[in-house]
Amino acid sequence: MLIFERGVTGRNATAQAPLVKAEVTSIPAELMRKSKAKLPEVSELQVVRHYTNLSRKNFSIDTQFYPLGSCTMKYNPRGAHKVASLPGFLSRHPLAPESHSQGYLTCVYELQEILKEVTGMAGVSLSPMAGAQGEFAGVAMIKAYHDKRGDHERCEIIVPIAAHGTNPATAVMCGYKVKEIPVLNDGDVDVEALKEAVGPQTAGIMMTNPSTCGVFERQIEVIAKVVHDAGGLLYYDGANLNAILGKVRPGDMGFDVLHMNLHKTFATPHGGGGPGSGPVAVGERLLPYLPTPIAGIEDAGGEPDYCWLGQEALPDSIGRLSAFMGNAGIILRAYIYALFLGRDGMHRVSEFSTLNANYMAKKLSDAGFDLAYDDRRATHEFIITMSKQAKELGVTAMDFAKRLLDYGYHAPTTYFPLLVPECLLIEPTETESIDELDGFVEAMTQILKEAESSADLVKGAPYSQPVKRLDDVKAARELDVAYKA
Amino acid sequence: MSNIPAELKYLSSHEWVRVEHDGTATVGITYNAQDLLGDVVFVELPEVGSELNAGEEAGVVESVKAASDIFSPVSGEVLEINENLEESPDFVNSDPYNEGWFYKVKLADESDLDDLLDAEAYAAACEAEDH
Repeated sequence: MLIFERGVTGRNATAQAPLVKAEVTSIPAELMRKSKAKLPEVSELQVVRHYTNLSRKNFSIDTQFYPLGSCTMKYNPRGAHKVASLPGFLSRHPLAPESHSQGYLTCVYELQEILKEVTGMAGVSLSPMAGAQGEFAGVAMIKAYHDKRGDHERCEIIVPIAAHGTNPATAVMCGYKVKEIPVLNDGDVDVEALKEAVGPQTAGIMMTNPSTCGVFERQIEVIAKVVHDAGGLLYYDGANLNAILGKVRPGDMGFDVLHMNLHKTFATPHGGGGPGSGPVAVGERLLPYLPTPIAGIEDAGGEPDYCWLGQEALPDSIGRLSAFMGNAGIILRAYIYALFLGRDGMHRVSEFSTLNANYMAKKLSDAGFDLAYDDRRATHEFIITMSKQAKELGVTAMDFAKRLLDYGYHAPTTYFPLLVPECLLIEPTETESIDELDGFVEAMTQILKEAESSADLVKGAPYSQPVKRLDDVKAARELDVAYKA
Repeated sequence: MSNIPAELKYLSSHEWVRVEHDGTATVGITYNAQDLLGDVVFVELPEVGSELNAGEEAGVVESVKAASDIFSPVSGEVLEINENLEESPDFVNSDPYNEGWFYKVKLADESDLDDLLDAEAYAAACEAEDH
């Protein structure tokens, strides 16, 4: 029920409204509202109950295990939130002069430095507002680089078939054609196909490593050489950075540019539709093209003086991506999270995220589930395929996913990557205890038993949620997303 | 794998083509393709009058699970598209070889057909993909 539908004409909640109405004279008459705004007419208690009940329907990392593959749903430390919410940060106006923003600028500058070191790159801009914008910025820089060199024939971006859907979308948004290349049965890119695909038309390649198959791309150095020899650049999609944090650096693998999702790898809230933060990091070649503004240091001797570097300092920049400079709250949380962890802590993130994934993969395999890449070691996530269950029992990956909700677990990612049929992509993250991992495996084992003895029970799930099984087909065919009063 | 008409030609990427009596060719996706995709919710078709080359992308088919490119099995000018699919994309699921057809082309080169799979070879390709 929408809050508008709870209203009764004339009802209101004014207990918290100011007693004295402010006199507003500065708004021109033609901009003044003629009719009353259509607001929900509800009492204060109705508002409180409405939103409290809505929030109780949330399935979140704060309430349940959330092994959504490729999303890194890790715990968000309350301490990082607390520090980022200090009044000095909260009350700073984004247009405040640099002299009044030295604290915030210091955090931004130091986070840039930390991310440079973690990724092995030469420069970082924190301004992209989310992963998709970071990808766009990254490929726009590749284009700016080729354009600056007068290399206008490069019109193609190569994308392995296991890529995130955003990769080809980004390439097209930047004006490129997409060239898909296959992935071998062991999850690695088909290097022979890559060698045939590259040429003077190649602007670059977009890759995720570890890939969406949940395995590390073992040929990455060969791939980097093939693409560089052809004159192209390498783009690293940071979606799976959690698996290698502090251990392996994209810069050392040969990548020229990457984006990171601070709102996943660096433990800031994710999954609620934002806000996000998708910084880009670049090697030497792409430094001039970084999006602005970037935090810099003014060389005045003595105490460092932090400043914003804009278009004047970086005349070849691809420009601004937002009104201000990224999402300040997410940037601060990421900075504090990085400081909490320190160098050793970052190592532990990747060690435990991969340990947890491999532990679960082994246990699920022992429980009778098929691993999609059973001869490979998993990274921070892994794929099981339900082809056998779909064929023999008529119970699909989606049915398992829906039934998991009844057991109190968020479903893993379903039907992605597309090249593995009937798959679940499972990412436990480093922040879960062994009890939680065991509990999930136990639930999956129970559901498998149910599927064998009473398939309809599984196919009708969920039963315990605010909404029952949704009609995906009807929803897609008769799309209706607008509220009509 | 139960439904692979013998009179059609196929691509291993699951498109079928039927040569009609007037020399035009009709294109769609196979029973196996719609089965893999699940319920189809949207089909993007080429423009009437556009020229397609064999092997080139001709459109997109979207299901609740995935979006897949459609590749043209033959070269030629698009004469007609199945406008019913806009309202009823479910025809692709219920009747992939008849009501669920995608588009018709004027065959530019009949020898394109020689490069395609017959029913037996397509069945073998599906079998191989399954394992």
